[in-house]
Amino acid sequence: MYKIAVFGERDSVLGFSALGLDVYPVDMGDDVREMFRSVVRKNEYAIIYVTESFHEELQNDIDRFKDSVTPAIILIPGAGGNLGIGSKAIDDAVERAIGANII
Amino acid sequence: MASKTIIPTRMELTRLKGRLKTAVRGHKLLKDKRDELMRQFMESVKRNRALRKKVEEGLTEANKAFAAASAVMSPEMLRQALIYPKQSVELDMKLKNIMSVNVPIYEFKTKSSDEAEIYPYGFAQTSGELDDAISALSKVFKDMLDLAQAEKTTQLLAEEIEKTRRRVNALEYVMIPETQAYIKTISMKLEENDRSTKVRLMKVKDMVLADAHDFK
Repeated sequence: MYKIAVFGERDSVLGFSALGLDVYPVDMGDDVREMFRSVVRKNEYAIIYVTESFHEELQNDIDRFKDSVTPAIILIPGAGGNLGIGSKAIDDAVERAIGANII
Repeated sequence: MASKTIIPTRMELTRLKGRLKTAVRGHKLLKDKRDELMRQFMESVKRNRALRKKVEEGLTEANKAFAAASAVMSPEMLRQALIYPKQSVELDMKLKNIMSVNVPIYEFKTKSSDEAEIYPYGFAQTSGELDDAISALSKVFKDMLDLAQAEKTTQLLAEEIEKTRRRVNALEYVMIPETQAYIKTISMKLEENDRSTKVRLMKVKDMVLADAHDFK
């Protein structure tokens, strides 16, 4: 049985705890990468939602899990608004499969 | 092209011919696989796009509501209200096989089916804005799950297509032409050997005949 985690700034993720998801709020000055790795290492999450604002710092860690079935790491817009990074992930997948972005 | 040394024997020729046949067949099969994967991939990308749009809109809405809630409530109160969730979610994952790619299918179970259970606090001390935020989140949650599924499927398919495409290309542009070149070299060499043997035999015959009949 797997669980779902939400990782991001406190304001964006706190609400998810009410739905019964495991929430990992990141505060200013935390070591984002170390925190994220410890979440992944727990190995009990099938889906980890990450807010877009941490995309840059966690790029390498996210890419590492692209080809494995678990965990699915999904970018969601945080409290800062929609940055459009999530849709870029789809474009990347298209480019990877076809060799050029045609759609 | 023919970089490695080839042994021009009939046995090698038969072996290479067999190999070429397998390669051509494999190439056809892999090409078909690639085409079907591509079709599935396109569908999955389309689904993924639509879901992402929906989720992003929903979440933006929820975040707005949440911002309104944190404006009227103190951060401590907000944290306190949400610190002990009543509801909990468990996720069941099955695997579906699309053209030999295992993609996840998620099914989630909530501990309690009562929809009101998502509010882990008493209504007396919290603001109505928080209720709105939580309910907006719960509405978008199902789509978020679908999005996770669609996105993982897209990623896994992309990986498989990349692999298959490389294999198809390797067969089409390297393996098959190379084997064909080898076969050609060997059969030419064998024919050449045949001819030289024939000429030698004719020469020997002439010499033997000349000896026997004293033609000189």
